[in-house]
Amino acid sequence: MSSSTAFEKARADDRAALVGYLPAGFPDVDGSIAALKVMVEAGCDVIEIGLPYSDPVMDGPTIQTAAQQALDAGVRTTDVLRVVEAVAATGTPTLVMTYWNPVERYGVERFAADLASAGGAGLITPDLTPDFAPEWIAAADERDLDKVFLVAPSSTDERIAMTTAACRGFVYATAVMGVTGARASTSELAGPLVARTKAAAAQSAPGLPVGVGLGVSNGAQAAEIAAYADGVIVGSAFVRTLLDHPGDIEAGCRALGALTEDLAGGVRS
Amino acid sequence: MTSRFDADQHGWFGGAGAFGGRFMPEALIAALDELDTAWEKAMADPSFGHEFEQLLQNYAGVPSMLYDAHRLSEVAGARILLKREDLNHTGAHKIRNVLGQALLTKRMGKTRVIAETGAGQHGVASATAAAYLGLDCTVYMGEVDTERQALNVARMQLLGAEVVPVKSGSRTLKDAINEALRDWVASVDHTAYLFGTAAGPHPFPSLVLSFVRGIGDEARQQCLDLTGALPDAIAACVGGGSNAIGLFAGFIDDPEVDIYGFEAGGDGVESGRHAATIFAGSIGVLHGARTFVLQDDDGQTVESHSISAGLDYPGVGPQHAALSAGGRATYLPVTDAEAMDAMALLAKTEGIIPAIESAHAVAGTLKVAKERPGQTLLVNLSGRGDKDMGTALEYFGLGRADAEQPPGEGVEA
Repeated sequence: MSSSTAFEKARADDRAALVGYLPAGFPDVDGSIAALKVMVEAGCDVIEIGLPYSDPVMDGPTIQTAAQQALDAGVRTTDVLRVVEAVAATGTPTLVMTYWNPVERYGVERFAADLASAGGAGLITPDLTPDFAPEWIAAADERDLDKVFLVAPSSTDERIAMTTAACRGFVYATAVMGVTGARASTSELAGPLVARTKAAAAQSAPGLPVGVGLGVSNGAQAAEIAAYADGVIVGSAFVRTLLDHPGDIEAGCRALGALTEDLAGGVRS
Repeated sequence: MTSRFDADQHGWFGGAGAFGGRFMPEALIAALDELDTAWEKAMADPSFGHEFEQLLQNYAGVPSMLYDAHRLSEVAGARILLKREDLNHTGAHKIRNVLGQALLTKRMGKTRVIAETGAGQHGVASATAAAYLGLDCTVYMGEVDTERQALNVARMQLLGAEVVPVKSGSRTLKDAINEALRDWVASVDHTAYLFGTAAGPHPFPSLVLSFVRGIGDEARQQCLDLTGALPDAIAACVGGGSNAIGLFAGFIDDPEVDIYGFEAGGDGVESGRHAATIFAGSIGVLHGARTFVLQDDDGQTVESHSISAGLDYPGVGPQHAALSAGGRATYLPVTDAEAMDAMALLAKTEGIIPAIESAHAVAGTLKVAKERPGQTLLVNLSGRGDKDMGTALEYFGLGRADAEQPPGEGVEA
């Protein structure tokens, strides 16, 4: 199921979609499945599952710490696909967010096939831009998988047009020039970037939703972004919530549920 | 100066999609494009080339000499010529690259540079160039490396740079690169990333080559002047591969000259503790380029090991990957022990203490010499060993009354 269906549903409700991220295998494989299901139940419209990677250049310390814990515990790419299968079974569009090398190592065709079999919606690729992604684009198109590429405040209009034309599902607008991590205030760069991206999408990919990520940590921030974006993407704040409850997944999930409800309220206000 | 020798416009070496490319966050693409454009314009501007050459000559001590190492040659059984990059200002070939990149930074109107460093040589060179040109400088260095290269940390600080110990991952060079990239994403409007080796996303491999290719161009002419002929083979150590690609570029179109790259074999490739990326790695994507990588079955980077911090890197420049795949160059591992033996041998026979990186090249050449008696072998001595005296002290038990063996004992001849 493409993530675009969730965006369409939210649009029909005259609100933005809430997109929630956690790395697979954090705090452990079953724990991550439980946590992600809580996020679904509490109001996430789309789920991003991070594939833990040894060299996550776009991630700040919060997500890197969680991913490293997962790797130290022995999480494998096959475990990530197992988490995808469990979460996708809820009917919520579920994407994998992954750096490129693990996919290339697994085999691009094989990864696409196994992701589709697991019910996954597609991939978000933080270090792969469309101009260097012909193999992934072909494999995804063959299986109708979402291809979510990123645009940034530094992107030229030409690159935004190229990127939106290559996307399926939604386009990921990085609100700040920086790595992942919750921030005290939302970025003033986000609004103009969303406007430029929507203008480009109107030409190259009509109706393509624009999600905004990097820095959102509470309902008020989510509401601010929901005023002009189709989706609000939250990662580090969810991860931080679980990191704050080491060894107690039940308490972590309760806190996760509360945070999700706050954010879900934000996208509806 | 020639700008590049075999990359296409997208940065691919060895054909589209083979090695190199640009696997980077979109946030940095504009900066890479800006750098590419500025570099191309600079290389086409004779005034930039003149300024660079003048700076190399008047500040860095370039061209470095080609030295006929008679006593080492007697031991080796072949004529060994040493390209003395260790005599450059700051003690290594690195100064060529950073002066080029720092000049480019000024030209682009940026006021700050960041760099990553393993052994500290690139960090020292970057801090030096920044001081000379009046740029702010931050150097990222794995925490492990700050401990084993404490002297170079002090040098960088004295030169006015901020040194940031990186505590994530394996706390070595690859993690320093990750951290520098994170800084760059957030500061790209006023900051240039002085990439320390011929790796990374396009245009860095080509750009770095353009600044270090003088090593090979000089060595080729110096060899002709000295011997009346080209060498039978050339050799350099390969971590990321900047000194090696600089040397190799001068001889790439001389098919009669064999090319050897010597990687860090650590405890021996079979032990799994090594940094022999081409010899024992597999093709993957790391730090923005498709190249050979030390990785596990899931594509997670495997920690490398070398007694030399400068070679302790699980990736390699994509040009080397292409040269290896195309059969133009041969890449072989040299163990820690072989390198340390060569370090001691060069010190005792020639009065030259090389960097442990460079000692890998000497050690590998000694092995090659056994198969090529009487031939002329040109080795790039990429750096001097001052920075490695702590490691040498510990390895050889120097200066300790209770040392198990006297200095140099056990060195193979």
